[in-house]
Amino acid sequence: MEEQKLIVDGKRLDGRTPDQLRPIRIESGVLNSADGSAFIEWGGNKILCGVYGPRECIPRHEANPYRALVKCRYSMSPFASLEEHGRSGPSRRSTELSKIISEVFEKVIIAEEFPGTQIDIFIDVLQAEGGSRVASVTAATVALADAGIPMKDMVAGVAVGKAANVVVSDLGKEEDNLGQSDMPIAMAQRTKDILLLQMDGLLTKEEIEKALEMAEKGVNEVNALQIEALVKNYETALTEAKLKL
Amino acid sequence: MGDDLKSIITGQIKRDALISSLKNGKRFDERKPLDIRKAEITTGVISTAEGSALVKMGKTQVLVGVKLGIATPFPDRLDEGIIITSAELLPVASPYFEPGPPSEQSIELARVVDRGIRSAEVIDLKKLFVEEGKVISIYIDIYTLDHGGNLIDAAALAAIAALKSARMPKIEGGKLLYKESVGKLDISGSPVSTTFIKTGDYWLVDPLLDEEYAAETKITIATTDTHVCAIQKSFGSLTKKEFLELIDIAFKKGNELRAQLNDL
Repeated sequence: MEEQKLIVDGKRLDGRTPDQLRPIRIESGVLNSADGSAFIEWGGNKILCGVYGPRECIPRHEANPYRALVKCRYSMSPFASLEEHGRSGPSRRSTELSKIISEVFEKVIIAEEFPGTQIDIFIDVLQAEGGSRVASVTAATVALADAGIPMKDMVAGVAVGKAANVVVSDLGKEEDNLGQSDMPIAMAQRTKDILLLQMDGLLTKEEIEKALEMAEKGVNEVNALQIEALVKNYETALTEAKLKL
Repeated sequence: MGDDLKSIITGQIKRDALISSLKNGKRFDERKPLDIRKAEITTGVISTAEGSALVKMGKTQVLVGVKLGIATPFPDRLDEGIIITSAELLPVASPYFEPGPPSEQSIELARVVDRGIRSAEVIDLKKLFVEEGKVISIYIDIYTLDHGGNLIDAAALAAIAALKSARMPKIEGGKLLYKESVGKLDISGSPVSTTFIKTGDYWLVDPLLDEEYAAETKITIATTDTHVCAIQKSFGSLTKKEFLELIDIAFKKGNELRAQLNDL
């Protein structure tokens, strides 16, 4: 069975324990033009996020007189996978992810402070390896903070799930494709409210409880890295922003 | 750079500021008129792409990914492979870039880069033949990450660097095995593009974004070590004498960058 090979002697394909995350590197302030920016390398994912705003709402008839609109566009590059060249333009998948990520940040951005405006979050997945949506939310939080947009809380994410009958954290590409279940989660750091939650595959209630515990541990680790990235950005002198892919 | 009222007004202000600075021999970033910015080229930055390069020139950052595929040849060139170049002006690169179908500016960017690579015969299309009805297609995707001026030269440099770094996947049964490579993609020559703008009586090479706003004329000349391989005059006009002088400078500046490419 393909599935059984995913875990051998308690170790996963890449040698991780069930609750261990892939290596993560986060940097903020990597772009010059965007108001705020962040880059995240999470396992084989490389994701760039840029934020603009609050700025004039276009089209103007969409403007809300009570709060800023939060608009997110998640997009995957045509060279993001080790398969055939992808198509450019939004897919059904990227449209759905754009929607659910917008809904994450609508909840944490203090949008009432900027009535009639919009805040744009642009996420570009340059290289993908499973778990790109939670890595995107993680990067977008850092980019928003870098842009100085007030938020009630920071948001960090991690995908948990089940592979070879074991509940695991941060599914890699093979685990995502061959595993039994995938449940991406993003949480508000302070309150631990769940802001993003999807699931496919099969899990029992007990497994979900275990997965949630693992997710909470994971987002705490990720959040520490987010804070580190933001602090580091202010340690160095302001020069031309340099992205290191 | 739209012709809207805002760009007309700010363009005029920027032009006045630039010209008064050029009277002292300096540009907005203290460069001399015919100096190019230092280019930083990093290849192999995207492991899912067969070839990739990130180029930074001042505040400009451009990423190019090269993917290979199997395609049906064009009916009039049944034994030749295909090159498809496209450019995305990512919204993160400028507050004025919007998501959506390709704009005039992104199509021009892709086509100018494509012309340089095609004319310089960097890739022998006949070598991309696989079997009857099947050829290799090379996708060159230009991803602009940060618009600090002169996207064309940065993109052209990233494109040739990405091609030079590209691996050739194994072909088996008319399919590409992306996880196995059989050496590198066959590339020869190094076309490099050099963009000029004119403001007042001054010609500047490798313009900053603000200098592009201030420009009255813009022209790109791509060269190989022996030939001019692509030209694109965007807006404005120039004399025959100016044109010939720019060609000399384009070769000289092109050679500086070619030396860097050969070291990769």
